[in-house]
Amino acid sequence: MDPDCNSIFSRPDSIVAILFQGSNIVETMLLVPGRSQSQGTSLNKGKLKDEYLVVTATAELNENDMRRLKLVDGDKIRLASEVGQTVVACKAKKQDDLPEGMIFIPYGPSSSQLMGSDTAASGMPMSKHMEVSVEKVES
Amino acid sequence: MPEPNQPSPKEKNKNIKIVKDATCTFCGCVCDDMELTVDLDEHRITKAKRACVLGRAWFYEHTLEDRPVVLIDGKEATLEEGMDVAAQILVDAKFPITYGLSDCTCEAQRIAVDIMDTINGNIDTTTSVCHGPSGMAFQGVGESTATLGEIRNRADLVIYWGGNPAESHPRHFTRYAVTPKGMYIPNGKKDRTVVLVDVRKTPSTPVADIFVRVKPGKDFEVLWALRALVKGKRISNDIEEQTGVSREMLDDLVYRMKNCQYGILFLGMGLTMTRGRHFNSGAIYSLAADLNEYTHFVAKPVRGHGNVTGADNVVSWQTGYPFGVNFNRGFPRFNPGEFTTSDLLARGETDAAMIIASDPASNFSKKAIEHLAKIPVITMDAKETHTTKLSKVRFAVATYGINTGGTVYRMDDIPISLRPAFDSPFPTDQEILEGIRQRIRKLLTGSKARTAF
Repeated sequence: MDPDCNSIFSRPDSIVAILFQGSNIVETMLLVPGRSQSQGTSLNKGKLKDEYLVVTATAELNENDMRRLKLVDGDKIRLASEVGQTVVACKAKKQDDLPEGMIFIPYGPSSSQLMGSDTAASGMPMSKHMEVSVEKVES
Repeated sequence: MPEPNQPSPKEKNKNIKIVKDATCTFCGCVCDDMELTVDLDEHRITKAKRACVLGRAWFYEHTLEDRPVVLIDGKEATLEEGMDVAAQILVDAKFPITYGLSDCTCEAQRIAVDIMDTINGNIDTTTSVCHGPSGMAFQGVGESTATLGEIRNRADLVIYWGGNPAESHPRHFTRYAVTPKGMYIPNGKKDRTVVLVDVRKTPSTPVADIFVRVKPGKDFEVLWALRALVKGKRISNDIEEQTGVSREMLDDLVYRMKNCQYGILFLGMGLTMTRGRHFNSGAIYSLAADLNEYTHFVAKPVRGHGNVTGADNVVSWQTGYPFGVNFNRGFPRFNPGEFTTSDLLARGETDAAMIIASDPASNFSKKAIEHLAKIPVITMDAKETHTTKLSKVRFAVATYGINTGGTVYRMDDIPISLRPAFDSPFPTDQEILEGIRQRIRKLLTGSKARTAF
């Protein structure tokens, strides 16, 4: 956990750290990339086409997390891990569907930017459950 | 009224063909009951009866694109020139690798393995970043297994663990495991109990009778607790605090598992891509095996791309191992983490790559992608991808299953023949690989065979 964080509190599903960098709130959350239907249909059109690139660069956040981070649907957020960072759009999901502190994003170039290369001698990088920092990107 | 399966009046003036019992090769369900209406003038599929939303996108979006067959360093070249350069790259390399193979036929996969065997290279498939950990677990603890047909006819308890078939394999529910009526399941879903285990609610959740939300990264603990309870052992009192799953829920699951007629545990990538990886898969395989003391229970991975299971089968029958196979010493060696592509690229060990029907430049770690961009890459793909963009030699190929025949394997290891819909001017992966193989043999003739190291 970052030593500079101002407060740490436990949630049922994750540990969330909050930092204040200037006026921006930065939180640590758990990123879960996965398949989605729109990702599946758009990749058939082409992985270099806008539709696929937009789908794979749109993250879903819990509505309470969105509110706390002062985000509305379509806002840009920066996700950063130990290995890289990416800027994606965000979309709210209901509390019951996506636990607080968890982010879902369809697999794609954006999620790969955040994935470490260590496979723990399995061949499989840790492709889900990545700890990432989240902050709003002012337009 | 037009006769069934005949073109509609609107289609009569067109050059229309109907292909019955065609196979969709988009996902691992490999549904072989498609009925395709093909506009032969426009070279496109206009209807795909019985296809799911992903299948329809697969069939409708694979048309004949206006692309050069071969590009070398971004410049158009002939097919012969492309195969010449590709063969030379592979022969000149000290540590060539081949990766991908899940979206092409078994016939093409077989040649790719032979090429890497010939040049003492390394062969790996998308399995290594999919259900590779399940393959490792399979070697460790075995698999109580079944075909999807058996599951459809017999299973009255269906458990999906760490997967979202509604979005990744939409017909898995309707064709194989949830709603279809079977020999011993005469009322379809009414005769089945469906359980879904996941860290979040997904579009698959409403299908389930029971939804179990597990804390992220705690699947192994839940599976191990279930194994203990099945055997009548004590488990920790703080199991709910640890895993998010209550003791009552665990007891209920154990009761249902031990008292069903025929149970199936489908495992998804929520188990293989998270902390624990092959230990998670091993735990679920072991749970299924344990339950056979009480009833009949099986476990199956829900496989992703169309012919990824075929890649496992072909690489296994050719080398003895399913993925991550290295021929550097002149004989096959298997070691995930050492000979798997993600690791080889991230460590910068390989100096040439042949990528067939996959897109590591989009899906691998940043470090692996950075190395891929530094070495000569040969790609074969029906579509432009991030990987084709960075390759030195790129072949545009015909789409398997739509433009080509051949063999693919369904996720339950059942081989299925393909019925193509319309011809393509693009060569097949198999034809290109055969051309490269012939050229490599010529290049190596008269010179010393490649030295194993």
